[in-house]
Amino acid sequence: MKKNKSVILSVPYILWMLVFTLIPLGVVGYYALTDPDTGAFTWSNMAQLGTYLPVFGRSIGYSVISAFLCLLLGYPVAYYIAHRGPVAQKLLYMLVMLPMCMSFLLRTLAWVGLLQDTGIINTLLESVGLARVSLIRTPGAVILGMVYNYLPYMILPLYAIIVKIDGRLIEAAEDLGCKPSQTFTKVVLPLSMPGIVSGVTMVFVPAVSTFYISQKLGGTEMLIGDVIERMFKQGNNANLGAALSLLLMLLVFVCTGIMNKLTDADGEDRVVV
Amino acid sequence: MKKTNRIFTAAIFVFLYVPMLVLIVGSFNEGKSLARFDGFTFDQYAELFRDSDLLRLLGNSVLISVIASAAATVFGTVAAVGISSLRPKMRRVVMQLTDIPMTNPDIVTGISLSLLFVFVGTKMLGQRDSLTFWTLLTAHITFNLPYVILNVMPKLKQMDRSLTDAAMDLGCTPVQSFFKVTLHEIMPGVVAGAIMSFTMSLDDFVISYFVSGMDFVTLPVEIYSYTKKPIPPKIYAMFTLLFLLILVLMVTMNLLQLRSDKKKEQVRR
Amino acid sequence: MRKLVCVLAALVLLVSGVVPAGAVEGNVPQGSITLNVYNWGQYIADGSDDSMDIIAEFESRYPNIHVNYSTFDSNEIMYTKLASGGVTVDVIFPSDYMVARMIEEDMLLELDFDNIPNYQYIDEDFKGMPHDPEDKYSVPYTWGTVGVIYNTKYVDEEDLIGWELLWNEKYADKILMFDNSRDAFGIASYLLGYDVNTTDEEELRHCADKLAEQEPLVQQYVMDQIYDLMENEEAWIAPYYVGDYMTMAENNEDLAFYLPENQGFNLFVDAMCIPKCAKEKAAAELFINFLCEPEIAAANMDWVGYSVPLSAAKEYMDPELIEDPILYPSPEVQSHGSAFANLDPAVTRFVEGLFLEVRIRNVSNDGMQMLVRWGGIALAVGFVAWAIIYGIGRRQKNIRKK
Repeated sequence: MKKNKSVILSVPYILWMLVFTLIPLGVVGYYALTDPDTGAFTWSNMAQLGTYLPVFGRSIGYSVISAFLCLLLGYPVAYYIAHRGPVAQKLLYMLVMLPMCMSFLLRTLAWVGLLQDTGIINTLLESVGLARVSLIRTPGAVILGMVYNYLPYMILPLYAIIVKIDGRLIEAAEDLGCKPSQTFTKVVLPLSMPGIVSGVTMVFVPAVSTFYISQKLGGTEMLIGDVIERMFKQGNNANLGAALSLLLMLLVFVCTGIMNKLTDADGEDRVVV
Repeated sequence: MKKTNRIFTAAIFVFLYVPMLVLIVGSFNEGKSLARFDGFTFDQYAELFRDSDLLRLLGNSVLISVIASAAATVFGTVAAVGISSLRPKMRRVVMQLTDIPMTNPDIVTGISLSLLFVFVGTKMLGQRDSLTFWTLLTAHITFNLPYVILNVMPKLKQMDRSLTDAAMDLGCTPVQSFFKVTLHEIMPGVVAGAIMSFTMSLDDFVISYFVSGMDFVTLPVEIYSYTKKPIPPKIYAMFTLLFLLILVLMVTMNLLQLRSDKKKEQVRR
Repeated sequence: MRKLVCVLAALVLLVSGVVPAGAVEGNVPQGSITLNVYNWGQYIADGSDDSMDIIAEFESRYPNIHVNYSTFDSNEIMYTKLASGGVTVDVIFPSDYMVARMIEEDMLLELDFDNIPNYQYIDEDFKGMPHDPEDKYSVPYTWGTVGVIYNTKYVDEEDLIGWELLWNEKYADKILMFDNSRDAFGIASYLLGYDVNTTDEEELRHCADKLAEQEPLVQQYVMDQIYDLMENEEAWIAPYYVGDYMTMAENNEDLAFYLPENQGFNLFVDAMCIPKCAKEKAAAELFINFLCEPEIAAANMDWVGYSVPLSAAKEYMDPELIEDPILYPSPEVQSHGSAFANLDPAVTRFVEGLFLEVRIRNVSNDGMQMLVRWGGIALAVGFVAWAIIYGIGRRQKNIRKK
């Protein structure tokens, strides 16, 4: 009886989400299938998508590499933090979180100051008598920017999972004769899988759709985010932009779907950080 | 092994903080470049406080984050209570709906909302400026809601149902039992959701960039347009001040939490 | 010297306190008004370098009007913002060809010249121009040329031949290029000897090929980011608007400018207009009138560094600027320049598409290889990591079994 009444409370929310998430996606679909000049139905935007597949390829390549590097760099850090005392844990957690609260635009700009040909690193190199190296405007610089920006999004969910792993399981494994490395691969790693999935998703999704990092660190290289932003902000071709967005969205949903299949986490058990 | 991990972690923290240090040093620089230090000065700070526009934009950002996160927290908490009493099948569908803005790239969310607002406002209603403060606020509430829901739902799940039943047996109306029992139990989730949505709003660039019109712009959007021009170093001064502010806020919040944890422990003993 | 003149001009205005000639008192809109002004970046004196803060000056003269000022990078960005709808803007500053396009697409309001008495100061040469032949929609703000900016420290004198400098492999990765299709295709067509306003698909494709040829040499496609990059010597060569060169040259003495006279160059007029979506037309006209006031225009242009279409303003300006042949080229030189005309929307979109294609053409050539390469590397690294983690475990198990 009581239950049925509180069900009503979810109705406004469901309506809100329908109006502001599902319907907008429908509008994107509408734009993707209409002509920019006449507004008539057309497949031509969809047909043009082929031209941009290589850019999608590049975006996916970079963001997969970034997600992987973030995992590689983030896991030891999360593991280290999770095994500190409670006060140190709080402090370190805060230090990981702090950069996320600061403008990522300016932090990326700081990398421009560090990496450019007349930047801090090259000036330092020159002052000790070494030759300048070109760092900025390379694929490496873009990936560096992605790793730098999204690393906290990897560390935090990993930490949240690792810290919950029951110490007794590890003790049990050790009692049963596992080497530390075995304990890690057999117990700790499988148990941290949900954190890994969540972290990888949280790095991959913003990385694959970024347009700022590549603009600042990538030189002439464009990622798919740049192309979409351009369509909307200066190409005056919202229709093609909408078609590209749909493809991007599809891609992300497929990727995250696969990731979520890896662990059988449904929405409610997702690690939220 | 432990030692290498400590060094590694330290190195990662250096990696995370060096760029911010560059910006902070840049705020005391006489010159404009981040790469060359021309001499120490506080001028950039003086410039910053003379620039009423930047401060106004910061005010805009804070305003929209406060309203959006407050609205999303109330709305989301109420909705979570409703969702948790849905039938499992229905609940899964609703949670999937909640997941859309979480997994969708920000750029797609921003584009879809701006197309919706322009489509409805300009094409259907014939308004001249359909992108206003209200549409920006709607967008912010929309992307904040899932964070609140996903923080509150687990707490509701953990909560002992018999508590509310007991409250009602003792004569509470459902509303009273919500405020006296449920809310108290799920409070940590609500607070976490509120904080998270506040920071998400404050830091959001991509969605605001697509959804904001001319009259009401937030700080990150303006910073983006600053980075396309010769950048006035007063921006770095603002960054430094915000950095300090957030640092102080975080430290005090943690201290308060530690203290209350200790008190709880003492009570338990 | 230049700064001193600015200060003097500002002082004169302050001290005199008299309402300058031509200011209209009768038509000042009443009530609290927010005026949305949408201008190019770095295109109005903002009080820095001892200049006059034009907007503050306007607001102090008309305290009931608050100016909400925002900036754009290129005509195309401004156009897209207005065309996609959803915003209100009261004053915009499009270039000539964009004025024509917006007139054609019925996006501008006719100006009420009774509210803009200072229009009388606009030079006759700038009236009845092709983009607004009946002078109904626009008031000229500045004019100028597009040429090549280079750093004398790094660029050899013998390489200074026309637009080719931007294609010189010797300076690979030190060349900047326009990040808007119209200016970029303009340069390519001057270089190839085509009409800048060509609509011929074949010719446009050749231009795109030429730009694609340049792409590997280009450091970045930029608009106003050019200031920092050229001043810090991160880049050495860039095509840009002459007025902005004047500003850059003040911060870095090694910068120089030339016009590829023989091949042709763009001669442009930027104008002030009121778009259809405006809400405060009277206040917008007041603002335009204010900017045409000779003293204000002089103080403004001393900072902006572009050429003024108001000879009346020149007497208040830094004489060095007025006599600078770079800013005010002789009629002989000007005759080599040409203006961009409005192209058919379909052509514009075609060019925009071609330009984007130029930007991603190199990906399309090796895009899939790139994915395979990077994906391959990622897979390989992943496999190695997996092998290490699991391999160690497996081996230890084997050892234990033995």
